[in-house]
Amino acid sequence: MKDIAIVAFAQTRHSAEDTGLAETEMLLPLISGVKEQVGISRFGFTCSGSNDYLQGAPFSFVSALDAVGAWPPISESHVEMDGAWALYEAWVKMQYSDEVDTALVYGFGKPSQGSLREIMSRGYDPYYLAPLGVDSVSMAALQARAYLTRSGAKEGDLTAVAARSRAAGRNNPYALHLDEPSPDAPYDVAPLRAHDVAPEADGAAVVVLATGDRVAEISARTGLKPAWIRGIDHRADPHSPGVRDLSVSPSARLAGAKAGATGVEVAELHVQFSHEELILREALDLGDDVLVNPSGGPLSANPVMAAGLVRIGEAAARIHRGENRRTLGHATSGPCLQQNLVAVLEG
Amino acid sequence: MPTNHALEFPGGYTRSVGPVIGRFLSELRDGRLVGVRAGSGRVIFPPLEYDPDNGHAVTDEYVEVGPSGTVESFAWVGEPLPSHPLDRPFAWALVRPDGADTAILHVLDVGEYERGAAPPKRLKPGLRVRPRYRAAAERRGDISDIEAFQPEVTMITAPSRLEYDLKPGRALDRFLEGVSEGRILGHRCPVCRKVMVPMKGLCPKDGVPTTEEVEVADTGTVTTFAVNNLPDPRAPQVPFVSAYVLLDGADVAMVALVSGLPADQVRMGMRVRALWKPREEWGRTITNIRWFEPIDEPDVPFDRIAEYM
Repeated sequence: MKDIAIVAFAQTRHSAEDTGLAETEMLLPLISGVKEQVGISRFGFTCSGSNDYLQGAPFSFVSALDAVGAWPPISESHVEMDGAWALYEAWVKMQYSDEVDTALVYGFGKPSQGSLREIMSRGYDPYYLAPLGVDSVSMAALQARAYLTRSGAKEGDLTAVAARSRAAGRNNPYALHLDEPSPDAPYDVAPLRAHDVAPEADGAAVVVLATGDRVAEISARTGLKPAWIRGIDHRADPHSPGVRDLSVSPSARLAGAKAGATGVEVAELHVQFSHEELILREALDLGDDVLVNPSGGPLSANPVMAAGLVRIGEAAARIHRGENRRTLGHATSGPCLQQNLVAVLEG
Repeated sequence: MPTNHALEFPGGYTRSVGPVIGRFLSELRDGRLVGVRAGSGRVIFPPLEYDPDNGHAVTDEYVEVGPSGTVESFAWVGEPLPSHPLDRPFAWALVRPDGADTAILHVLDVGEYERGAAPPKRLKPGLRVRPRYRAAAERRGDISDIEAFQPEVTMITAPSRLEYDLKPGRALDRFLEGVSEGRILGHRCPVCRKVMVPMKGLCPKDGVPTTEEVEVADTGTVTTFAVNNLPDPRAPQVPFVSAYVLLDGADVAMVALVSGLPADQVRMGMRVRALWKPREEWGRTITNIRWFEPIDEPDVPFDRIAEYM
C-alpha cells in the first residue's frame, strides 16, 4: 500500500445564513488559496463531494468545477456524498495510478436554499420510506430513542454532548458561535432538542493529498508536517431502519477496526445529532482519554456535504501543527449512521 | 434576491416495484400484512428481495404477520412539517408485527394533541399497536394504504346512569326542613352529650336513639380538606376544595365545599361561614348552602380541632 499524506486543509468560515455567494463563489477563494499554499495549480486527480438536491438542479456539481480551472481537461470525478468519500476515491485512485501523485479533494453545500431535513429524505428507500414523508431529523430521533432505551442514558447526557461541542466551537473561528444549551430547550423531534440537531451552515472544505517525493516538497513549502493516512475504510449497515439495532453502529465498529483505529489522541467525529457521538464512542472504543471534537464538531457548524471532510481535515490539521501524533477523522452518510468512514492519521 | 425554484416530477415518479415488494403492496391493498421468509428462517417485514444479514436472496414463502405489533422505537413530532402525513402531533415508530423478525417504520397516531405538545407518557417502547387502513376503495397499493398505526384497545369509557327516588328518612327530613328555613339543626346524644350535624336519629358512637334538637351556627372551622382537580358539576371550577367543617356548636364535622379564596391558601383551623344562595332559590336541600367562605377571624389552633378529623 502506498503511503499517502494529507498535506493541506482549508475550510470556509461556515455561515448559518446565506451570505449571497453562489457555490462557485464560495469555493473559488478556498481552492485558489490552497493552490497558492501548496504551490500546485494542476493536480493529478480532482474529486468533489456534494448533493445536487441541495440546489435542486441535476449535475449542479459540474459547474463547481469552474472554481478548479478544468481546461485543458483534468482527470476528475465526483461523489454524490460528503467530501470525505471524495477523499476516499482520490486515495484509491492514487493507490492504483502511478501517474497521480497529488490530488485535490473538496466538498461543499448550501443548505440555506431549501429544507434540509426534507431534502435528505430523497435519499431514502423509495418504496417504504420516502412516500411516508419521513424526514432526516425524525429518523435520527428514532435512533436517539433506541439508544436511550438500550443504554439507560438520559436526555441530559445528550445536552452534555451539545454543551461540550458548543463550548469547543466558540474557540474555533470557522464554526458558528453558539450559546450554552438549556436542558429544557424545546424539542425538535423528541427526544432530540434544538441543540441536539447540528446547525445547518453554508460552507466548503478542501484537502490536498500527496504521495512520494511530492510530500516532502509540499511540506517544505508550507512548513506543515504531513498527516499520513495510516488506515482508511468505510462500511455500511442495511438501509432499512427496521432491520437493524439502531442503538449500535456495527459499520462504524468494522470501519474502525479495518482502519486500525486504536491509540488515537484525538477523534473528530461527524456527529450530526448529539446521541451519535455516544454511539460512535462506543463503536470506536474511544476511552475518556481521547479528545473528541475539539473543533466543536458539526454540532457547532454543519456545512452539509463538507462536514465529514472537515472532520478529516481538522484531524490532519492537528498533526500539521504538531499538536498530536495520531488522530482519527470520521464521516457518516445515510439515515441513522447507516454508513461510516474512518481515517487514521499519523505525524 | 432569492428566486423560488421547485424540483418536481409532475404526476410523480413511476417506479417498478418487482415481485417481492409488489406482493407486499398487493396484500397491503387487500388489508393484510405479509413478510417474506429468509433462508435463515427469519421473517423479513416489510419484505426485501435479500436477507439484510447476508445478502442472500429470500425464499418465495410469504407469511402473514400482525396485525398487532410492538413499538420498538419512536420519535415524537410536536411540530409537523407540511410534508408530514398528519397536520397534528404524531410519532414515527418502528413497529414489529407479531410473527415478523424485523420492523416497519410508519406513522403512529396516539390521539389528538395541540401543536408543540410534549411526547405523551403512554408512548413507550413495547406499546402494542395495530394498523388503521384507509377505506378499501381508497387503497392504491402503496405504503400509505395504512393511514397510521394506533394503540391497541386497553380501555373503554362505559356510559353509566341510574335514577332513584330517595327518601331521606325522618331525622334527615327534619334536618332538610331546617335547611329550607335557613337553619342548621342537629341532635344531642343523651349519653355522650355530643351534637351530631346533620342528625341521623341515633348516636353512632353509643348506639342509642337521639331526639334532643339543637340549632347550630352557620360559622365553623375547617378541620381538614382536600384539593380536587377533577371537575364536578356541584362544585366551582377546578381546582376546588372539599373540607370537613366543624360548625360552631356541633361535635362532628360536615363535608362541605370551601371557596372564596385560592385553593392553595385553604388551611386547617381556618374560620369559615356558609354562603347561602338567595332565599328565593332555597329548597329542601343542603345545596341551599353554596359553599363556605373564609371570615376574618384568627385560625383555630390545631390541638382544638385535632379530635374532629
